Amino acid sequence: MSPLSWLTQILEVIAALAVAPLLMGWVAQCRAWLQNRSAPSLLQPYRTIRKLFHKDAVLAEQASALFRFAPYIVFGAMVCMTAIIPSMGTRLPLSDAADAIALVGLLATARMFMALAAMDVGTAFGSLGARREMMVGFLAEPALLMVIFVAALISSSTALPAIADNLATQTLGLYPSLAFTAVAFLLVLLAENARIPVDNPATHLELTMIHEAMLLEYSARHLALMEWAAALKLFNYACIGFALFVPWGVVTTGTAENPLVLLAALPILVLKLAIAGAGLALVETVSAKLRVFRAPEFLAAAFMLAVLGLLVHLLLGA
Amino acid sequence: MMSLDLQILNLLAALFLLLAFAMLSQRRVVGLVDLLAMQGALLCAATLLLAWRTGETHLYVSALLTLTLKVAFLPWLLHRLIRRLGVYWDSETLINIPSTMLLGLLIVIFSFGLAQPIAALASTATRNGIGIAVAVVLLSFLTMITRRKAMSQVVGFLSMENGLFFGAMSATYGMPMIVELGVALDVLVAMLVLGVFFFQIREQFDSLDLHHLESLREDK
Amino acid sequence: MVGELTFDYNDPGSAALSAPLAMSELLSNPLSLCLLLIAAWLTIGLAGLARPASLLLIGRVLFPLGALVGAALAVIALVTVTLPPDTSVLPIGLPDLPFHFRRDALSNVFLFLLGAAAAGVSIFSAGYFRAGEGTAPGLLCLQYHVFLASMALVLVADDAYSYMVAWESMALASYFLVTTQHRLPEIRRAGFLYLLIAHLGAVAILLSFGVMQGGTWQFTFDAMRAAQLPPAWAGIAFLLALVGFGAKAGLVPLHVWLPEAHPAAPSPVSALMSGVMLKTALYGTLRVGFDLLGGTSWWWGLGPLALGLFSAIYGVVFAAAQTDMKRLLAFSSIENIGILFTGVGLALVFNGVGMANLAGLALVAVLYHAINHAFMKSLLFVGTGSVLHATGERNLGRLGGLIHRMPWVAWTTLIGVLAIAGLPPLNGFVSEWLLLQAFLSAHQVPKPFLNMLLPLGAALVALAAALAAYVMVKFFGVIFLGQPREARLKDAHDASRLEKVGLVWLAAGCIVLGLAPMQVIALLHQVPQQLGIAPPLAGAAHWWMLVPVAGRQASYAPLLFLLAIALTVAVTILSVSRLYHRRVRRAAPWDCGFVRLDARMQDTAEGFGQPIRHIFEPFFGMQRELPTPFDAAPRYRVAIADRIWTGLYVPLASGVQRIAQAVAWLQQGRIANYLLYSFVTLLVLLGLML
Repeated sequence: MSPLSWLTQILEVIAALAVAPLLMGWVAQCRAWLQNRSAPSLLQPYRTIRKLFHKDAVLAEQASALFRFAPYIVFGAMVCMTAIIPSMGTRLPLSDAADAIALVGLLATARMFMALAAMDVGTAFGSLGARREMMVGFLAEPALLMVIFVAALISSSTALPAIADNLATQTLGLYPSLAFTAVAFLLVLLAENARIPVDNPATHLELTMIHEAMLLEYSARHLALMEWAAALKLFNYACIGFALFVPWGVVTTGTAENPLVLLAALPILVLKLAIAGAGLALVETVSAKLRVFRAPEFLAAAFMLAVLGLLVHLLLGA
Repeated sequence: MMSLDLQILNLLAALFLLLAFAMLSQRRVVGLVDLLAMQGALLCAATLLLAWRTGETHLYVSALLTLTLKVAFLPWLLHRLIRRLGVYWDSETLINIPSTMLLGLLIVIFSFGLAQPIAALASTATRNGIGIAVAVVLLSFLTMITRRKAMSQVVGFLSMENGLFFGAMSATYGMPMIVELGVALDVLVAMLVLGVFFFQIREQFDSLDLHHLESLREDK
Repeated sequence: MVGELTFDYNDPGSAALSAPLAMSELLSNPLSLCLLLIAAWLTIGLAGLARPASLLLIGRVLFPLGALVGAALAVIALVTVTLPPDTSVLPIGLPDLPFHFRRDALSNVFLFLLGAAAAGVSIFSAGYFRAGEGTAPGLLCLQYHVFLASMALVLVADDAYSYMVAWESMALASYFLVTTQHRLPEIRRAGFLYLLIAHLGAVAILLSFGVMQGGTWQFTFDAMRAAQLPPAWAGIAFLLALVGFGAKAGLVPLHVWLPEAHPAAPSPVSALMSGVMLKTALYGTLRVGFDLLGGTSWWWGLGPLALGLFSAIYGVVFAAAQTDMKRLLAFSSIENIGILFTGVGLALVFNGVGMANLAGLALVAVLYHAINHAFMKSLLFVGTGSVLHATGERNLGRLGGLIHRMPWVAWTTLIGVLAIAGLPPLNGFVSEWLLLQAFLSAHQVPKPFLNMLLPLGAALVALAAALAAYVMVKFFGVIFLGQPREARLKDAHDASRLEKVGLVWLAAGCIVLGLAPMQVIALLHQVPQQLGIAPPLAGAAHWWMLVPVAGRQASYAPLLFLLAIALTVAVTILSVSRLYHRRVRRAAPWDCGFVRLDARMQDTAEGFGQPIRHIFEPFFGMQRELPTPFDAAPRYRVAIADRIWTGLYVPLASGVQRIAQAVAWLQQGRIANYLLYSFVTLLVLLGLML
């Protein structure tokens, strides 16, 4: 509980809030480069969020308090997630309050409140989005838990900072089980963050929407918070992936208590995010969007890979 | 911490298992043959690594044999057959893909559980690969069962042979040369005979869907 | 040993001293207190017969009294859980077979569950039962309290005779409660099915007791504990007990009565049945498996594991496809029972291979989930009771938008929905977390195939939990959110005062159980400790943090968690309103250019369940009637049938019918034939004597 660990904690949250929209802008930029068109500026998401905050909120006549309150809860859940994930350092005082399974629980909370808010207004699109989001969610959650299981088996802990510590301090080795679970994690990331091939984040056709359909009724500050929360969700998923598979660069528990080391972790994080964002754009560009009922097969493949990783780990010990 | 070559061998073994799984869910026949070629390449790489690690020269010969036969010749033969027969896509499998994958997973668990006491008897460093070999053999068998087109079944048969070869490599650092040459010859002859059969079947039924063979029953 | 009161006539001053002495003596014998409270329940029930039609007496006096008795029972059970077991023999029953009673940590946990849940449901019922429901309120009061009393007696019974008497009274009382509206034929049918399967289960339990007495012909539980059965017989006894208790718990394939009986009963009764009665079956399995039989063999755990996992998936998949809100909750109960039995199987496996700490962890997870489910499911069922009273509708397709008309019911039900979906920091998450932590160590089990299959079980539990969230979004969204699907829903009224008290009690229970897991686990751990399964827990480092497994870093601090989320949300709201503004404008919802949007265009219950029906198609025996473009009056109809009913029970029933008809051939109706039967029997017996 040293002052440095609290500093790490606060810095992580601020960095997440600041960098998440930039990540969205960067992914859009990479996609545009790959598709030979010009993208809006990298800072456009910030401008959008600021514009939305200034607007008047327009609520449907039959929207209840749940609808008005849900964006704050979803945003709060995402911010709490950033406090637990070791994106810059593993000495996090608040990480004792929740381990990786509680992290999955936080994701489930955000998803459930979004779905309930979407059903609140009582239009066809809201319930469509809610139904599809819950369908993707109930298949993605076991796959994500299996991925965490394998990582927890290797590091004998379900706390993400401990897993990151363990992997970062070990000598470099090839773990086939981790390779399998990394691919499974990538598939889950694509599904949960509403990316191609599961959902098109830039679509305007309501009948093909999953995530966007739940946001159709929101406007102004509520929409701003939901969009920011979506950006934070992608950021968090990327940081979870880094903590589980490429944790080097994060300030581990063994290193000296020096604020400068902490400041050095920030550029490394930005670099990792840039590479991850470019990779995400590449995957999105070469894939086509799946039909809605191929999404369960997609996630079943992710689940199979995670379970294969578990079995290979139990057999080969690697 | 294992030595680097052992880690690479483990990685190759895991990828071998993954390829067998991918074959279960692949619908394109051309894709199946490509996966088979990749399996052969993995096998060749693993044999070379093992040869370098143990210093046994007959493994180098074995690797060369694998390279020519399983990576070059057989896939070329199969691609030629596919082009001449015009069979590019397999029809719907017997049970749907997610159920097949689930069944495959259970088979993998069964094989791993089966292999653990057997692996305790072997003395090689790669003995854990026996479980993977048994799993690949059973998975290829499952591929053969759930397919309809004859071509896919042949690919499954060849994949089974790959699995057996990998098992031999993990358990006893390769088979005696005579056995290996004999098996390779058998596979080659089987392929040539099957090639002839395919044309006969297609002439008879105008399709390579093996369900047409059921009409040969006498009580129909 | 029964606590005795002594009063010395020669020393009047001793009366002043012996009263507190007697009190402390009574307190030192909590079993007598429990028995007194049970007797109080019976008295309350009988008092209802005095004026059967008087709603004032029943609703304002008797049911609240019953709630108080329940709360007192819960308090006593909570306070005395650390005390060693005590026993008592009451000369009720047959002359040579008195009733033996025993209270130990396991009974305490379930008595707490019963008392606390019953308190909430009784208070709710005080405001719920109104005249004109087919049975007089006084009769309902009697049946209700006999039900509660017999469940409590099941939990303290210490010999087979009293156990079976209590078990059967529980079944009978609940049968009468289920058939409250007995004038409707489908309710009579549901009651019949319930009674039939309950009796099949009772026969299996009886047979199990018969095997467990092991040749001593002593049917007390102490004798059964002492009897050393050979492993094969012990296995048979456990299997019989599993079948019997599984029938009562609703384990697949003996679950067919649950989706019929729970919706047929009035909502408070459904709450008690789902929340408490199913747990008595769990209690029975734990008592037989760990206490009476000693939990010696590890392979006993495989049955509950397999059946439990299958029930969990089966129940939740069917719940997602339901259109009746109470049937949905009934299938959700099947799912939770499946999870409970999975935990029991895991605990048995761990115990059998000697992993004591993990067996204790799994058992604690099971007990925690049982208590959680009692609160969560009772809350949901009484919520549906309020909705039913306000709208007269059980069909999900005719509800909607009730959050505006019934805010109290909606917001308390929301807590129940979030809890049962397993969201932190509420109680459902804690028990799920504990179970997953237990599964995480399952790969250390030294059995060849089991160490790989058990982690897969964790994945199935996670799948069931995720599907439960789906089902609960459907449940809450279709009933309370959206627009009202029928015009008369705008006349719906909120719950009455007593109903609100019950709802708030149960919701508060969910919250408290979620925020104080350390304390709850410290109490629950007495059970594996007393049963000799696990060593005492090491002292906890902090009172607010849960660290269940030593040697692995895994911790959970719900209070901190809640504080963090609340702080974040508060800071967000404050900063947004300070930096920007809070202006709001109301308008019509987004209609994509189609001006005549109405309430019928929301998702129906079938619509929301369609993805599940599509993905899990092999589970359902689905019949669909699809409209064509050429229909003048297009109709869409989908009916799902339980494959186990059509595949197992219907052939079984027709087989029994055929046998009965074959035997009925003996009844010819001619007197000469009957005389012939007696004559032949006499000849055979005389011949045997030779």
